[in-house]
Amino acid sequence: MNTATTGNGGDKVATGFSEQYLTFMLAGEEYGVDILRVQEIKGLDKVTRIPNSPEHVLGVINLRGAVVPILDLRRRFGLEAIAFGPTTVVIVVRVAGGQDGRTVGMVVDAVSEVYNVDAGATQLPPDVCGSVDTIFVKGLATVEKKMLILLDIDRLIGDIIANESMHGFAAA
Amino acid sequence: MTLDPEMAEIAKVFFQESREGLDSMEAGLLSLNAATNREDIDSIFRAAHSMKGGAATFGFTEVAAFTHRVETLLDEMRTGVRPITADAIQTLLQCCDCMREMIAATEAEQPLDQGRIAGLDSDITHILGEPAGVPPGAPPSAASRAAPLAVSTQEAIDDDPQVKGWRIDFAPVADLLRLRNEPARMFAELERLGAIVTQADVSRIPSLDMLDPEACYLSWRIDITGQIPRRALDDIFDWVDAGCRLEFTPIGVSPAGAPAKVDSQAQPANIAAQGPSRPEREAPPPGAPPPGAAPHKTTGDPGSIRVSTKKLDNIINLVGELLITQSMLSGCAEGINQGGFDRLRQGLTQLARNTRELQESVMQIRMLPISSAFNRFPRIVHELSRKLGKKVEIRLTGEGTELDKTVLEKISDPLVHLVRNALDHGLETPEQRLAGGKQETGTLELAAAHEGGNIIIEVRDDGAGLNKARILKRARERGLVPVDQELTDEQIDNLIFMPGFSTAEQVSDVSGRGVGMDVVRRNINDLGGNVQILSKEGQGSTIRIRLPLTLAILDGQLVRVGKEVYVISLLSIVETIQVTRDRLNTLVGRTEVFRLRDEFLPVLKLWDQFGVEPDSRSAEGSLLVVVEAEGMRVGVLVDDLLAQQQVVIKSLESNFKPVPGIAGATILGDGTVALIIDVADLIHAVFERERGALGRNMGAGLPGARHRVSGTSLGMAS
Repeated sequence: MNTATTGNGGDKVATGFSEQYLTFMLAGEEYGVDILRVQEIKGLDKVTRIPNSPEHVLGVINLRGAVVPILDLRRRFGLEAIAFGPTTVVIVVRVAGGQDGRTVGMVVDAVSEVYNVDAGATQLPPDVCGSVDTIFVKGLATVEKKMLILLDIDRLIGDIIANESMHGFAAA
Repeated sequence: MTLDPEMAEIAKVFFQESREGLDSMEAGLLSLNAATNREDIDSIFRAAHSMKGGAATFGFTEVAAFTHRVETLLDEMRTGVRPITADAIQTLLQCCDCMREMIAATEAEQPLDQGRIAGLDSDITHILGEPAGVPPGAPPSAASRAAPLAVSTQEAIDDDPQVKGWRIDFAPVADLLRLRNEPARMFAELERLGAIVTQADVSRIPSLDMLDPEACYLSWRIDITGQIPRRALDDIFDWVDAGCRLEFTPIGVSPAGAPAKVDSQAQPANIAAQGPSRPEREAPPPGAPPPGAAPHKTTGDPGSIRVSTKKLDNIINLVGELLITQSMLSGCAEGINQGGFDRLRQGLTQLARNTRELQESVMQIRMLPISSAFNRFPRIVHELSRKLGKKVEIRLTGEGTELDKTVLEKISDPLVHLVRNALDHGLETPEQRLAGGKQETGTLELAAAHEGGNIIIEVRDDGAGLNKARILKRARERGLVPVDQELTDEQIDNLIFMPGFSTAEQVSDVSGRGVGMDVVRRNINDLGGNVQILSKEGQGSTIRIRLPLTLAILDGQLVRVGKEVYVISLLSIVETIQVTRDRLNTLVGRTEVFRLRDEFLPVLKLWDQFGVEPDSRSAEGSLLVVVEAEGMRVGVLVDDLLAQQQVVIKSLESNFKPVPGIAGATILGDGTVALIIDVADLIHAVFERERGALGRNMGAGLPGARHRVSGTSLGMAS
């Protein structure tokens, strides 16, 4: 599991040499997230905007009583924004951070597949990797002759929430 | 000291119980005086005793040893060997503090403050070393209740090699078993020391319909043979509460002491029959209460359980959700009018009532009486008044008033501050009081009561009151009030809540650093409450705190800006006004103010602040919600006022992060999320902005200061 060492996920339960990834599409690229982190997949409901937040933070939704932020991955990766279509979904994931983990929704173009990825079949990402900064990439895997970009979801979401400066408030 | 996880879990309970025990010791000590009866001092002793036992069990030897010393002193006091003096009480109070620190240090696995322990230890030794008020030959404590036979000889023969055994008469209290003592285990321990012969006395067992299955009605006579030091026996019975009758009579010193050989397998009925033949069994021993009675519970404790806050919060969340479901269902049913749906509506009404009741009762679980915050004050007042040389009587009223645990914890420190202030600045010295024609002893009163959905806490003193001239002078000196501005008495009083304000001529270690009252007010505002002071010169001051009962639910006003709905806490809303153009002035550059009666309010356009598109950008026709926090007031422009309703507060931080200007979120009846506005944060933003603008344009910001002053004065419109 050498490729997993870049991640700081708390899910490193020995799962043999194979890990399951849920993959989704974003501007023609296929990305994978560790399936153990995925809580659910749901349609996009009404989102309540959060004032003075960056544009890729769409707002918050009510997920059975919990207030959950919704992040638009397209905008975060600087991809061209598209109208939300019938396949647009929210992948709700549990990530590290906050007091005892956060629940966050990510808007993606479409959900694709669940793949078993052999740990040995992944490789470290090159310097440029799709539209994503490589520090958010755990590794690359080739499955069925397609390339999957395996995301380090903790790092990605943590970065979006922590480092994106909220717009100045008093200056409004 | 590391314990295995299971023991650590039990040790937690010990720490908790020790703290409670120390609290009750402290309360008991404070009420002690020469006329105190035996009961009171017994309860202090018991608290120390069970703490010692617990500490020894967990191997906290230092705690146990120190507690033992304290216990020794208490023991002498309760038996009347040692007089109860103010010095001794003071030392014991310090011991309580020290024990509390020891418990905390032990729990945190930190080193103990050896210097302090040693110091207090020598204090105790000193007190114990003084000649006692009773001749040395007087009966020692443990034997004081014992039969005369045991008393005179006991000490002398404690470790006498002549002793061939002991006769133990053991008549436990009825709730021996409930106190988790197991006689069978004690007997097993005894058996390890030597051969034992046990007789049980069943004469106290009542008829079946009177029998309490958990009570212990038996008493025993145990004969143990062997050369056993008295200490070994004491150790075994160490856990048995002081209320039990326990007598040790040595055997073998006189031939009369030979044990009556009664077969241990004898029928209980036989022994019972023998009972009356032994006269000392006839009357119940003085220490033993009637069966079924619980001698320790002096108050009518309704019984309580420990529940983790996390579990409770979970239930509260669930119930909040239930409430949302219910209001969603009600929304569906609105449109249905046909008779066939009457039942549905009926059911929904019932659901509404049930959920509301359920929510109320679940919220109740988090509610604690304010006494837990009030109870520390007698001690604080006791210490401080000694230090300051003042005579103060403290009165507590409404201690049973309940409020949310979180609010309770957070209000505790501000209250301490207010009480210290009242003692230091408010109440006068005995001489001053007498000169002023008042009673020598001042009164400090802490009162709590419910009023509507709020709790009102008042700190009242009958001291000197606020010196208005001095406050005004100080405020002018510091530039907090323009020199030419006239203020009402109430306005002057409330100046003391402004940052950096202190009139104490000398900074004492009690109060007077000028960081106090504004922090008090900020803390109270953070809890969604407000604070107000009423004072009459020469007659005293009253500080009145109004707090919401809970932080989990908020009485909210829903407001609309464009398509967005926000919630503003009703407690912070002063009033709402329809805006007319002519009362809206642009002050300097872009700062807009609204003329409300004789006051100018800075105006905040929520749509600019939050970057949303309003119905119309012209203020004309919008509504101005006047909000207040920390004594400052601002008018917030919104498009519309919607319903007023209770909302369940949800944190934005748990899954996201704090957002400036937003205190949290809630879920509305339609299932969407609405954000709750942080009024204090908004107001700060406005004043920051205004100060910036004024600083550029006008130099010293007089209008800014004026808003603040007038805001302070007009506070608490409720």
